[in-house]
Amino acid sequence: MPVVHIVTVVPISVTVGANRIVPAVAIPHPLGNPKMSQEEEKLMRREMVVKSLETLTTDISEQTVF
Amino acid sequence: MKLEVGNIHVEELAFGNESTLSGHRVEIDKGTLINFIREIDHRITEVKLDIALPGEKTRIMPVKDVVEPRVKVSGKGHIFPGRNAGENDIVGEGRTHVLKGMTVMTTGKVVGFQEGIIDMSGTGAEYTPFSKTLNLVITCEVDDTCNQYDHEQILRTVGLETAREVGKLAKDAEADEVNTYETLPILEQAAQYPDLPKVGYVYMLQSQGLLHDTYLYGVDVKAIVPTLLYPTEVMDGAIFSGNCVSACDKNPSLVHQNSPIIHELYKHHGTKYNFMGVIVTNENVTLADKERSSNWVAKLAVQQGWDAAIVSEEGFGNPDADLVMNCNKLEGAGIKTVLVTDEYAGNQGESQSLADSTPKGDAVVSNGNANMIVELPAMERLIGHDTYVDMIAGGTEGSLRADGSISIEIQAITGATNELGFHNLTARQG
Amino acid sequence: MRILHYINQFFGQKGGEEAANHPIELVEGPVGPGGALNAALAGKAEISHTIICGDSYFNENEEVAVMGIKEIIDQVKPDLIVAGPAFNAGRYGVACGRVGKLAAELGLPCITGMYPENPGYDLYKQTAYMVETKNSAADMRKAIPNMAKLIASFIEKDGKLGMPAEEGYMPRNLRINMFAEKRGAARAVDMLIAKLGGEEFTTEYPMPVFDRVAPFKALASLKDAKIALVTSGGVVPKGNPDHIESSSAQKYGEYSIEGIDDLTEASHETAHGGYDPVKCNENSDVVLPVDVLRDLEKEGVIGSLHNMFYTTVGNGTSVSNSKKFGAEIAQKLLDAGVSAAILTST
Repeated sequence: MPVVHIVTVVPISVTVGANRIVPAVAIPHPLGNPKMSQEEEKLMRREMVVKSLETLTTDISEQTVF
Repeated sequence: MKLEVGNIHVEELAFGNESTLSGHRVEIDKGTLINFIREIDHRITEVKLDIALPGEKTRIMPVKDVVEPRVKVSGKGHIFPGRNAGENDIVGEGRTHVLKGMTVMTTGKVVGFQEGIIDMSGTGAEYTPFSKTLNLVITCEVDDTCNQYDHEQILRTVGLETAREVGKLAKDAEADEVNTYETLPILEQAAQYPDLPKVGYVYMLQSQGLLHDTYLYGVDVKAIVPTLLYPTEVMDGAIFSGNCVSACDKNPSLVHQNSPIIHELYKHHGTKYNFMGVIVTNENVTLADKERSSNWVAKLAVQQGWDAAIVSEEGFGNPDADLVMNCNKLEGAGIKTVLVTDEYAGNQGESQSLADSTPKGDAVVSNGNANMIVELPAMERLIGHDTYVDMIAGGTEGSLRADGSISIEIQAITGATNELGFHNLTARQG
Repeated sequence: MRILHYINQFFGQKGGEEAANHPIELVEGPVGPGGALNAALAGKAEISHTIICGDSYFNENEEVAVMGIKEIIDQVKPDLIVAGPAFNAGRYGVACGRVGKLAAELGLPCITGMYPENPGYDLYKQTAYMVETKNSAADMRKAIPNMAKLIASFIEKDGKLGMPAEEGYMPRNLRINMFAEKRGAARAVDMLIAKLGGEEFTTEYPMPVFDRVAPFKALASLKDAKIALVTSGGVVPKGNPDHIESSSAQKYGEYSIEGIDDLTEASHETAHGGYDPVKCNENSDVVLPVDVLRDLEKEGVIGSLHNMFYTTVGNGTSVSNSKKFGAEIAQKLLDAGVSAAILTST
């Protein structure tokens, strides 16, 4: 089953061997940002999740940071 | 910048009618000091003072900070600068007196997870350096108008201010020993030992948010770009702690005041190498910050002409990535590195130990495996609260037994795997 | 000190390959190589019983054999288990190693001996002290004194053996805590001086190389896909009902999100002790994006969101625990017909 890793510290994800990697916002809130309004934040989160879902339908041959 | 550090060895600590230092004995007037602490913030509801001595069957937890009483005798500035109005001078010059062998320790309900155990005897005492010091322990509680950030800030201030207040006793005392440390401005320092390799110290500081923060001249270091320090500045408290979670590898303020790698580097300064200075940097929570800070570390090291550096980490997990980035970028710039860290290798030591890795990290000092489990016997006296043992980092359900004994990872013990190499614990392949 | 000795059919004098199906037999006192071992340990320890078991019997009926040996241990109550030496006999080495693992599970020490290329070493090196032997029984003359020496040292030091090289056992690939003579800062400066001078130095932690898996083929479409959420960010139902540890997690949680469209301050929080929890405790969707996945489910962008999510705390949690959790979670997702997973980390 394909897996996408949403992660802030991308270099660790690369070191430990994740294949589909999507960079996140920050460690305490990978899919959020306290500086945004709730509506804006949710919109950003949706974009990140949609991007992550797209990686699951993308064939790759090696570790890829999207 | 030249600093004389005069140590007064404290061999006895007791409560008395008046706060005094006579010879090697410190007496504390409890009532007056409690009033002093209460004045620090109006949201403080309760203050209790205890003395915990080596060998006693005493447990202190959760330990927020451990601070060494120091006082400026001459030279500019104030111990722990940058916090109060009118205290913004640069420190690290002149003469400073230290009440050596005693500490001021803070406890109380510490916000969220209740971290940090210090046992004054038994197995736990072997793992914390603070079982060998004479400890003046403040239990401080605050009212419920405080949010978690306020609460942390109040306890932090109580520790620092009290240590400073106690430190004043040493101002006119005769020191038992005086050590002098000196680092010159960069060009002069480089010229002093032109034939020796230039080395420096990359001082990584925890900066991850609530109970994971560190302060430099009062500035939360998550907001700095890496910068340069004279090594003597830290001896006057330029860096102080706001963190204690996973207490084994967080640096209490006392460890910064006695910053071990700085002191060890001074020992061979001018004979084996030329110790040029310190770069302080952070361990922030975004990748952009990690990249920026590690780029700056390498840039500043090159700018100062370093040939080699010791890099110390604070904490574990994502800061392992900062450590690896600093290593790769320094080595990439031709600067040899020695990395100082600790390990999370599993209860039996069966796993790889760091979250990140690099083939360039070929010289690593390990301060021990924090996941190792120890049995802490029941103690006769508890200072603070042990209600939360099962929930703290290193604890699990059932860690605290009905008889008061504890089975827990050394992760929960203050200073057990200190990554500034303050202590002797290490781990080997066995 | 009472020793229980495990040996195979050959050294138990039951016969060669033709007796390899010999079932577990318990004998009082030492047998075969146990005789020499017992003599070498005279006055310090004694082999009270010997288990003889055929190599094929053990390997073909491992579960039954382990259970039988466990019963014997419960009955005999040894202080130490000795197995082999197995030299380069593969099935024998694996059996000795497995006996060592059983001993470890029961809180008992085990000392064995084998050739480093015996598969029993690689499989079980973390749970027994293994003396290095040559690849054939001709080495018995040396193997027995070496094992006796290690056992004697084990007794003398009350079980607190030193490092592999000094004690004479093969590395267990374990990280062992010890107190060094000099503090860490002084050792760092010594290492710096050595590295600067081009002298030899030994790193205290050789950096690991992590394993890799090939990327899995992509989904053909999202429209029929069942997507699951997994996190190491410690998101749990409010109150952390299974008490997942704030650091060094010993377990993971499996929680229903059936009928939940949004994680709120009232419903969820984080158990993670390694990051500032304030934001996640206000709105756990910032770590586990249930809200937007529910929207995408309703809009038909994805087939469905799996109604269970899986969570643990990645803070100071060992790779061995993480591997175990990962394998179990992956199996559960496969069993539930999940097509793909989103893993979030803090």
